[in-house]
Amino acid sequence: MSTTGIIFSNLHDMSIADLTRKRTMASVPFGCRYRLIDFALSNMVNAGISDINVITHNNYRSLMDHLGSGKDWDLARRTGGLKVLPPFITAYSNDTNALYTSRLEALKSIQGVVAGITADTVVLSDCDAICNIDLRKLIEYHNAEDADVTYAVKTIPLTAATSEHYNIISSDENGTITDITAHKKGVEGKFDVSINIWVFKRQYLQSSLLDAAAHGYTSFTHDIIGRSLNRKTFKVYRYDGFYANITSMADYYAINMSLLNPANREALFKVKERPIYTKVRNSAPTKYVDGAQVKNSLVADGCVIEGTVENSILFRGVRVGKNAVVKNAILFQDTQILSGAFVNCVIADKNVVIRNDVMLSGHPTMPLYIEKSKMI
Amino acid sequence: MYHKKECVAMLLAGGQGSRLYTLTEKTAKPAVPFGGKYRIIDFPLSNCVNSGIDTVGVLTQYQPLELNEYIGNGQAWDLDRTFGGVMVLPPYQGNKSADWYKGTANAIYQNLAFIDRYDPEYVLVLSGDHIYKMDYAAMLDFHKKTEADCTIAVLNVTLEEASRFVIMNTDDNVKIYEFEEKPKHPKSTKASMGIYMFNYKKLKQYLIEDENTEGSANDFGKNIIPNMLAAGESMYAYPFSGYWKDVGTVSSLWEANMDLLGENPVFNLHDRSWRIFSRTSASPAQFVGENGVIDNALVSEGCEIMGTVKDSVLFNRVTVEEGATVTNSVIMGGVTIKAGATVNNVIIAENTTVGAGSVIGDGTKPGDNITILGSDLSVPDGMAIGGGLLVNAEKLSELV
Repeated sequence: MSTTGIIFSNLHDMSIADLTRKRTMASVPFGCRYRLIDFALSNMVNAGISDINVITHNNYRSLMDHLGSGKDWDLARRTGGLKVLPPFITAYSNDTNALYTSRLEALKSIQGVVAGITADTVVLSDCDAICNIDLRKLIEYHNAEDADVTYAVKTIPLTAATSEHYNIISSDENGTITDITAHKKGVEGKFDVSINIWVFKRQYLQSSLLDAAAHGYTSFTHDIIGRSLNRKTFKVYRYDGFYANITSMADYYAINMSLLNPANREALFKVKERPIYTKVRNSAPTKYVDGAQVKNSLVADGCVIEGTVENSILFRGVRVGKNAVVKNAILFQDTQILSGAFVNCVIADKNVVIRNDVMLSGHPTMPLYIEKSKMI
Repeated sequence: MYHKKECVAMLLAGGQGSRLYTLTEKTAKPAVPFGGKYRIIDFPLSNCVNSGIDTVGVLTQYQPLELNEYIGNGQAWDLDRTFGGVMVLPPYQGNKSADWYKGTANAIYQNLAFIDRYDPEYVLVLSGDHIYKMDYAAMLDFHKKTEADCTIAVLNVTLEEASRFVIMNTDDNVKIYEFEEKPKHPKSTKASMGIYMFNYKKLKQYLIEDENTEGSANDFGKNIIPNMLAAGESMYAYPFSGYWKDVGTVSSLWEANMDLLGENPVFNLHDRSWRIFSRTSASPAQFVGENGVIDNALVSEGCEIMGTVKDSVLFNRVTVEEGATVTNSVIMGGVTIKAGATVNNVIIAENTTVGAGSVIGDGTKPGDNITILGSDLSVPDGMAIGGGLLVNAEKLSELV
């Protein structure tokens, strides 16, 4: 059974607005050397999906730069491969609403591409779900159940503060979806929540998009799924591996920091036969100079470390000068902490320079964000 | 129709490198890992790309499998081109004869058809045995300016060292008038780096003549260069100043790795104006644990450092467990140093496991008496392996 993939690169950008001001959710840096889309892409590639469409919305230059021809994911193919779908706006239209605001509208904007899909099943995925899931098993289950749509779900504890970020999926003992509670506030307890990965029967996706266009539907959950709950077969597939969903800067910070726990790295990056791929940058190995003190930290290649680094996440090409101290920080690509500087609970975007003897500190619940190329 | 190229590079990568012992048991010398994430061949290949040479023939012969796989379609070096790019050239069976490459010159001779496709004015002959950064474009400019038929890159060595090299004796205009192999009493200190720029027409003529000469060794150093000199061709020495190292022996390989360390290293890999490209795998970032200590080291992706690493080069996916100590060593990809083991003055090849509490190597004089552990070995817990031993699977079973 052949499968095509569709990835949404711009949904939920508002939840980490600082990081997505100049990039898509898909190209938000994560875990020393990755971008969020690497997880969705690698999951698909590891399941043998080699025909993948990425829907873009705005400021997708960084995403294009990251993806290139797709060769780093083995997706530079003559047949299929990676296709980045830029927003479709005609030159003569004044329709400012041409850009989508919901997942369903995103799909409607690529109607022509979806209509041309010939694969039996289509996997849809958001970018902000960080997981390493065996999509092969999900697709097998979907096919075996002859479902129209299968939701990948994970059972997680919700609190009043977090529940609004999730879609709660209720299902019966056969795994058939009975109800969906979308973004409800104040729910507490353990629930199956959607991890925003779906498998569609191709014909069902195509026909429901035509339907949505004819009726002016805008919501994927309410209109496509909700309206057909009793008429179509919608199933749940329970995933129980590592899953993290970024809903705020504090989340972003905490999830990055959770990688310092070896069990999480094991579950995310070291799954046998399911590596996470990313763009190769050709950095030299990281150099630790005499006097460097590094503890409980993840460090990418290309760094030069002469100072102290503790409980931190360093991306490629970061430089930490003599007597500089970096604690509980996330430093993006090519950031420089000059000698004598001190940073704590900081998220420094790309190419930031913290000059000599400057001291900066945030708090774990409110990490201090420093925008790209800023010199302090 | 092939596009014409001004200059084509031919990289001799068939060398066995037998003085590297078990490190070249299963692979050709140019494929030997170096510097944390590279292989020796990355240096000449990256030099080509950085110098604007986009057509490179790689001549392989000895244990070519790993090298072929490594080079692949050349994508890692941006050499997966529609016109030109990198091409692996193994010996082949022809209509009239089927020969191994008999010598360096013969290897090029057998691939004249490859060079002819690009109709180049110049051919650059390189070897895959050296670690250096060099702008071949500057050498080509020099070659054009002197209107030479052949230009040989030379390095200034000390007078004592000179008797270990092929020495070029030149006049005041660096025109070569004499050529001496390992001279007892060197007249000059200009050592050949094994890098030759030829006018292709001349090179082709001499290669064909040499092929038809009965008893020739078909070697550049022994035949082609002396013949050209004897015939009075215009030959110049191109002076190169910078780092250049032949990593043909265990101690020179160790030294070259150590040259990458320090605040101001002898050889700088972190130079963004002259990047060294290599094929890299997707490993997650390196992790330094709560009790990890790293002092003066080069560490690559995928490493997990829970113990102590000092004055060493670690390739990707190396694990150093709690209480283990690695000093003055080169640890290649996928190696695991188990808890409490001590490794000093050792080169360990890929995917070997050093058992808990083992003591490997003798660090009394770093760089002397280096111990080598071959690839895919499993050194039992608590084992002691002394200085200067060259251990492969066979030797290990003897020692156990």
